[in-house]
Amino acid sequence: MLYAFKIAARYLTASKAQTALLVAGVAVGVFIFIFMSALIGGLAEFILSRTVGDISHITIEAENSDPALLIAPVPDGAGHLLFVTERGGARTATLADAPTWVPLIEAVPGVRAVSPQITGAGFVTRGAQVRQVGVTGVEPGRESVILNLDGYMVAGSARLGSGLIVLGRDLADDLDLTLGQTLRLQSTNGVTATLTLSGIFKTGNGAIDGARAFVSLSTARTLFAMPQGVTRIEIKLADLNAADATALRIRALTGLDAVPWTDGAEQLMEALDAQAQTGYFLKTFALITIVIGVASALLLSTYRRRPEIGIMRAMGAGRGFVIFVFVTQGALIGVMGGVTGATLGYLALLPFPARDAFKAGTLPLDITQGSYGLAITLTVIGAILASILPARSAARVDPVTAIGQ
Amino acid sequence: MSALLEVRDLVKTFGSGEAATRVLRGLSLTLEAGEMAALLGPSGSGKSTLLTILGTLMKPTSGSYAMLGQDLIAADDKALTTFRNLHIGFVFQFHNLLPDFTALENVIFPTAVRMGRETPAARARGRDLLVRMGLEARINFPSANLSGGQKQRVAVARALMNAPELVLADEPTGNLDRASAMQVMDLIGQINRDEGTTFLISTHDEKIAGLCRRQIVVGDGVVTG
Repeated sequence: MLYAFKIAARYLTASKAQTALLVAGVAVGVFIFIFMSALIGGLAEFILSRTVGDISHITIEAENSDPALLIAPVPDGAGHLLFVTERGGARTATLADAPTWVPLIEAVPGVRAVSPQITGAGFVTRGAQVRQVGVTGVEPGRESVILNLDGYMVAGSARLGSGLIVLGRDLADDLDLTLGQTLRLQSTNGVTATLTLSGIFKTGNGAIDGARAFVSLSTARTLFAMPQGVTRIEIKLADLNAADATALRIRALTGLDAVPWTDGAEQLMEALDAQAQTGYFLKTFALITIVIGVASALLLSTYRRRPEIGIMRAMGAGRGFVIFVFVTQGALIGVMGGVTGATLGYLALLPFPARDAFKAGTLPLDITQGSYGLAITLTVIGAILASILPARSAARVDPVTAIGQ
Repeated sequence: MSALLEVRDLVKTFGSGEAATRVLRGLSLTLEAGEMAALLGPSGSGKSTLLTILGTLMKPTSGSYAMLGQDLIAADDKALTTFRNLHIGFVFQFHNLLPDFTALENVIFPTAVRMGRETPAARARGRDLLVRMGLEARINFPSANLSGGQKQRVAVARALMNAPELVLADEPTGNLDRASAMQVMDLIGQINRDEGTTFLISTHDEKIAGLCRRQIVVGDGVVTG
């Protein structure tokens, strides 16, 4: 079949302008395919990084046990008294063995960082002004492993230590606070600490910037009367899409209730899925365009070369040979168009920032999600399929009629 | 000489019903190996149809056709394609070369298509044939750049490439000037004498027919002389 390949190649090189146009058409389709892959993939990355990039990918929380029921006999023996303890607002449950679990979890493949935390509620008081805040106590040195505090700092430092507090900009502005000023933080346990504002951050998320305070783990222990253990362990993964599988591994390893971020994120996942479906449709249309373009061009070529096909048949070329010539033409067009389109797509995506450097206001095109190999493979397959109809038509050419034309 | 081919009672009808046209009406013919015969007859007499059937490019409506002892009526398309490639060469009035190929590539096509590649042996034979045709200076010329006479000589070389027993030529000089026509006929006669290849040449030209040792006249779908 080397000879059929030679004839196919000769037909393509004999009509350079037509072949160039055809290859260009296929290349445009491949370019669109790659561009859409990079855009849909990049957009998904962008949305995920913006929505869940700064949250814990897997969370282990201490479970509050139900209040105990106490039954005591009535002194005169007439019956029993039932005492019921109402559930309190403050979190009291702890993960007492956190120091044991943390190194184990850190060793799980895919885990990028682990942050044991004490969380609770409190009130920040500055003069007569009082604001309710959520308090997060984190270990010094791990301030930025979950929420990238370092990246959001607008003043001061994210480093936490004894007697220091870091607040969001909205809250700091509400309380007219500037760096170095002191404030009082009272926990729901009734413990009050006087703290110095050492850093101000701005994430762009009002719920965090206006109502979240970060203190050191030791300060949180004092505030929430928790001399040992933590209330939660937050885990950051290298690949947030691996949260479900990694959570299962951590559960199996520790017996703790590790909850992936995808729990309760059905709407986000549905939106991303819908977006991906849209991408599939657009890519499918691009492929259909390629198939129609190749098929129509080869059909025209078949018609134009009918006399030559007739001569070949008269000289002893079988129908299979003719089919192979035209299918090979389709495959060659697919390869040339696919590689050209993929190269152009790659070059066009090069100037866009990498996925780690996506910025608001720019197209989140992820060059690593161009699906170059898939685009070329599908294009070649599509072009081959598209050439089958013209090839069969060519093989059916009656040599007598064709030579007489 | 022995019979190379034999056709008996060939009938070929085109169309059906009232529009049916019977072109061959029980034509019978025998060609001996090594013959050089002219096929004469007026337009519409059935010469081209007969050549097409003998070339296995078309099947008759009825009748028998055997060549080299093989029944070519019962053979399927694949078998006929192989038979045609090995045993029959064609020269058409309008040369019908592949325009995007060189003279040499056109000549070696029948061998290359059978072998699946252009072998050195095929190239050597193709060159030899072109040299015999007086085209040594045009071996690698694109066929589209050759003159009419040169193209027809390339077509003759191509017809001889697989050393077929039979060459069917349909008005091979009909599109050439007298000098070119005589040059092509000289070559055909020389090959017929040297290699014993059987030629059946359809022509309207009495002078060309006079160069053949046998004249077969077809009229109204049968051999009349």
